Amino acid sequence: MAGVAVSTTINGDNVEYLCQPDETLLDVLRDRLGLTGAKEGCGTGDCGACSIILDDRLVCSCLVLGAEAEGRRVETIEGMAHGDKLHPLQQKFLEHAALQCGICTPGFLIAAKDLLAKNPDPTEEEIRFGLAGNLCRCTGYDKIVRAVQDAASVMKGA
Amino acid sequence: MRYIRPLSMEDAVGQLAGSSGTAAILAGGSDLLVRMKGGFIEPDLIVDIKAIDGLGEIRETAEGFSIGAAVSCALMGESVALNREWPGVVEAAKLIGSKQVQGRCTIVGNLCNASPAADSVPALVAAAARALIIGPGGRRTVPVEAVPTGPGKTSLAKGEIIEAILLDRRAPRSGDAYLRFIPRTEMDIAVVSAGVNLTLDEQGVVKSARVSLGAVAPTVLLVEEAAEALIGRKLDEAALERLAKVCSGACRPIDDKRGTVEFRRKVAGVLARRAATTAYARAGGK
Amino acid sequence: MNFDPRYSSRSFASVGTRPIRPDGVDKVTGRARYGADFNMAGQLVGRVLRSPHAHATIRKIDTSKAEKLPGVKAVITAADLPDLTDGDAAMYDILDNCMARKKALYDGHAVAAVAAVDARTATQALKLIEVDYEVLPHVTDVDEAMKHSAPVLNDSIFTEGVEEKPTKPSNVTKRSQYGHGDVREGFAQADYVVERSFKTEQTHQGYIEPHACVASVSSDGTADLWVCTQGHFVYRQHCAQLLGMEASKLRVTSSEIGGGFGGKTHVWAEPVALALSRKAGRPVKLVMTRDEVFRASGPTSATSIDVKIGARKDGTITAAEATLRYSCGPYAGMWAELGAMTAFACYKLDNVKTVGYEVLVNRPKTAAYRAPSAPMAAFAVESAVDELAKEIGMDPVEFRIRNAAQEGTRSSYGPVYGPIGIGPTLEAAKNHPHMKAPLGKNQGRGMACGFWFNFGGQTCTDLNIGMDGSVSLAVGTVDVGGSRASLSLVAAEELGIAYEQVKAVVADTSSLGYNDMTDGSRGTFSSSMATISAARNAIKVLRERAAQMWDVPVDDVVWEKGHAIAKGEKYGNLAALSLKEIAAASGKTGGPIAGHSELVADGAGVSFATHICDIEVDPETGATRVLRYTVVQDAGKAVHPTYVEGQYQGGAAQGIGWALNEEYIYAKDGRLQNAGFLDYRIPVCSDLPMIDTQILEIPNPNHPYGVRGVGETSIVPPLAAIANAVSNAAGVRMTHIPMSPPRVLAAIEAERGG
Repeated sequence: MAGVAVSTTINGDNVEYLCQPDETLLDVLRDRLGLTGAKEGCGTGDCGACSIILDDRLVCSCLVLGAEAEGRRVETIEGMAHGDKLHPLQQKFLEHAALQCGICTPGFLIAAKDLLAKNPDPTEEEIRFGLAGNLCRCTGYDKIVRAVQDAASVMKGA
Repeated sequence: MRYIRPLSMEDAVGQLAGSSGTAAILAGGSDLLVRMKGGFIEPDLIVDIKAIDGLGEIRETAEGFSIGAAVSCALMGESVALNREWPGVVEAAKLIGSKQVQGRCTIVGNLCNASPAADSVPALVAAAARALIIGPGGRRTVPVEAVPTGPGKTSLAKGEIIEAILLDRRAPRSGDAYLRFIPRTEMDIAVVSAGVNLTLDEQGVVKSARVSLGAVAPTVLLVEEAAEALIGRKLDEAALERLAKVCSGACRPIDDKRGTVEFRRKVAGVLARRAATTAYARAGGK
Repeated sequence: MNFDPRYSSRSFASVGTRPIRPDGVDKVTGRARYGADFNMAGQLVGRVLRSPHAHATIRKIDTSKAEKLPGVKAVITAADLPDLTDGDAAMYDILDNCMARKKALYDGHAVAAVAAVDARTATQALKLIEVDYEVLPHVTDVDEAMKHSAPVLNDSIFTEGVEEKPTKPSNVTKRSQYGHGDVREGFAQADYVVERSFKTEQTHQGYIEPHACVASVSSDGTADLWVCTQGHFVYRQHCAQLLGMEASKLRVTSSEIGGGFGGKTHVWAEPVALALSRKAGRPVKLVMTRDEVFRASGPTSATSIDVKIGARKDGTITAAEATLRYSCGPYAGMWAELGAMTAFACYKLDNVKTVGYEVLVNRPKTAAYRAPSAPMAAFAVESAVDELAKEIGMDPVEFRIRNAAQEGTRSSYGPVYGPIGIGPTLEAAKNHPHMKAPLGKNQGRGMACGFWFNFGGQTCTDLNIGMDGSVSLAVGTVDVGGSRASLSLVAAEELGIAYEQVKAVVADTSSLGYNDMTDGSRGTFSSSMATISAARNAIKVLRERAAQMWDVPVDDVVWEKGHAIAKGEKYGNLAALSLKEIAAASGKTGGPIAGHSELVADGAGVSFATHICDIEVDPETGATRVLRYTVVQDAGKAVHPTYVEGQYQGGAAQGIGWALNEEYIYAKDGRLQNAGFLDYRIPVCSDLPMIDTQILEIPNPNHPYGVRGVGETSIVPPLAAIANAVSNAAGVRMTHIPMSPPRVLAAIEAERGG
């Protein structure tokens, strides 16, 4: 099996890697590039823990081949904060205790970021349906929804 | 295993036709990658069609719409014109998976995966959508219901690719709707589903109708008797009752992890009735 | 150690506040390292071959082809994990579950494993392993398994706990019985009797992080294990015993844990990873797929329960009886026994009897799931209680208040209760605005109570004071949901310093004494007790050092608000010494300052909750929607109230999923049909409303601050509360969990006579 050479942009940086044709972008990020913020909860697109943004689209990186990233823009949780300044969503997740175990948190943050980019003033129902692709087993979602609501109001004011 | 990304339809067809072993077309990948992960398929060749010019576009023509094979369902949801004319098709496409899956999955992929429970297919069947197929023998167009032939099986020949889904322009006073039943509010595969597409006359009487059912037979059903129950009538209670009864009767479901025979029969009628009511309202019927 | 763990009333400075957790930033930036986020140089990829059969004799395993595949570094079978359990039946079961020895006992049972240079090679190698199975008849249903005609899983099992020793082996490993009084007499006094049978299906904890570990065994007999676990000390013991190692030679580090809920209290893959590493001479990383997690970790029991309750017209329960049958998977457990103990624990009963049967089936080994066994028992009992209240014509809350257990009540499982929260949670629920909110068409309200014992256990904590006055707290209970924040608050409280001055970590097994797992809601309860004890020991040292610095008798030095103060008029001019000042001088006053604690945290206060929920049912489809949900629970003392609320909400959400949609579905061939998050349907964000919480604080007399465990009780009432709500909305009593739409619709249709 021949490796595929890929040149792409991850969190604004040019990155080159060699991957197998059947290797997912999630495996590339985690195993080849050391970006372990995206998690594998299922590997079948059912849990959202591996969420990333690919050319402005929210996707599960377990459902993207590493080879497909050629020439595209990838955003992961590792690029969400600016230096030591957390993104408002990250800050609000901390303040509202919107995480218990935290394994789903990177995926939720990426999905919430995408949600607010497309809809800066979502209703509770829009948040709930917008985040329905991300499973959380610890919180019952209550504090996650509140954190996103609070972040939305902070970001609107900014 | 090889991964290729052809730039033209002709190249893609040539590569597929000339391949030995298993070849897989990669558009959204939301079915293919899951099957690869589960070890159900190990393709020797993966043909990524997303770099082919025009395949990622929704084109509006004099005859209607052409939805390219690489158009994500999320993109369909963002098309104002498509939403206006075919809201039932769009709502079906937007029900597949999560936001994350929406960003990747395509209605052509949904059709070719040939699951009896595919969400977009009943809506496409109700909408009388056609599939534009390109292959070694040139181009041909078939009704979408002719593509899946059974669970996981299609009528596509070796080397053939569906290039686009074609939808007609709407006659005045038309409306479509799609409803499915799932146990949760999101993320599930349809247990049973129904698509209804209606055109009314000026008095609000149903002039033409197409009714489809999903997840109740090996392929999506186009239920002509159900359409007949509506044609020539306003959507009164008797017509809706008749529709529900016919739809329940048309089902040939199975018991499985998602539902029972009895449940699917009963709910198929309920959903058809509800979808017809929505489609009727969208067509301007009162 | 002269530590007095008794409760004493006090006002708090830190405890009860809601600071940001110390591990928070790492978790929102993707930096936190979970089980699968760790790698070692030269590591191999491990993969496990699993039985496709529910029940089969393993005649022969041929690994020769797999061994010859280039890139394969080790292949193991049960032969590479020899039986060193020395007659310890429980350990033998763990060993057999890790790698099937003679028979595969469920779909997914491990039969062999490989370590290879990459995942592709390992997967290919699995395909080259030839297993010769003789397929046997199987049984997956708990009631079927009890029948005489059922295939027997283990012919050395003869039911324990029955008067006459059985002559034939069976799938019933044990009968247990609890209660007091005379139920026959009690039922004779009853004006109303409700008798019902209930079933619940098997569910999974559904943690989002699959099991993952990296094992590295050296040829000198030492080893390291990095693993996501609820109890790394227990994992060390079990792995060391199964591999024939000395415990101290195996260092286990617990990673951040992506959820456990009881499911990460057992070793599954870890001994296999260690055996692979030992054979290959290289580190091995073993990560389960989601499919493997469902098929081969430890879901909860499926159950079948009969309940009978009688009461007088005035609403007094005169007798209560239950028979509980719980599936254990293929190995003996005490799951029905826990159900039998908890079933009637909420009530003050003169005549009560419960009988539990532990039943073997061809499903994965049952593991703990949050208040294990209690939710199913509560579902059956609280459903019958609701029905009985209705028959008598009493409000269900009033009926429960009338019969609620109190301080001094002899519990249905034996002990006499101290101060408890069942009455207060019921009163709070009765007065909650939720109870009075109007309901619409097809909507119903339900409520139910729940009980859980809570657990204390062995605990060890180190508190080290740095020369800059900052405090390192090393605990041995894995942090599953914010306990590092809670324990830092407790250390700050005791020492009288700021929360920010304390940094809590979970220490590895080589750095701290033994700790039991984080289970039984013990994490914050027991480690806060040990932290208080350690802090008080440190304060003793701090006082001694201050006394030395002042050259005064230590008995004249007291500790107040983070300072040493010389007490007495003669010391009037001595300025108080801060912890920081004493720490800075420590190098000259006797060296590092620390406090340690090793204790058994006895006296975990029992916990009660009352839940209220509103459900809407679509009578045409059987679809349900949770409209509103309220949790009222006693926390003893909420150390970090936000995380207490989180435990209440999370347990309720898991209970909602269990009640409505989650279930293991087996086909006739004994294979699991829904081993993934697509068809094992845990609640998604859009399925749930906000979950209101009300924290009550009835101090636990056995903890210095009154803390009770809070983690588990919240999953006990939801099954029943939702069943009561659905039954009220649909107008038909629901007796089978989950109340999935096909079941609800079938019940409605049957009630309609159609």
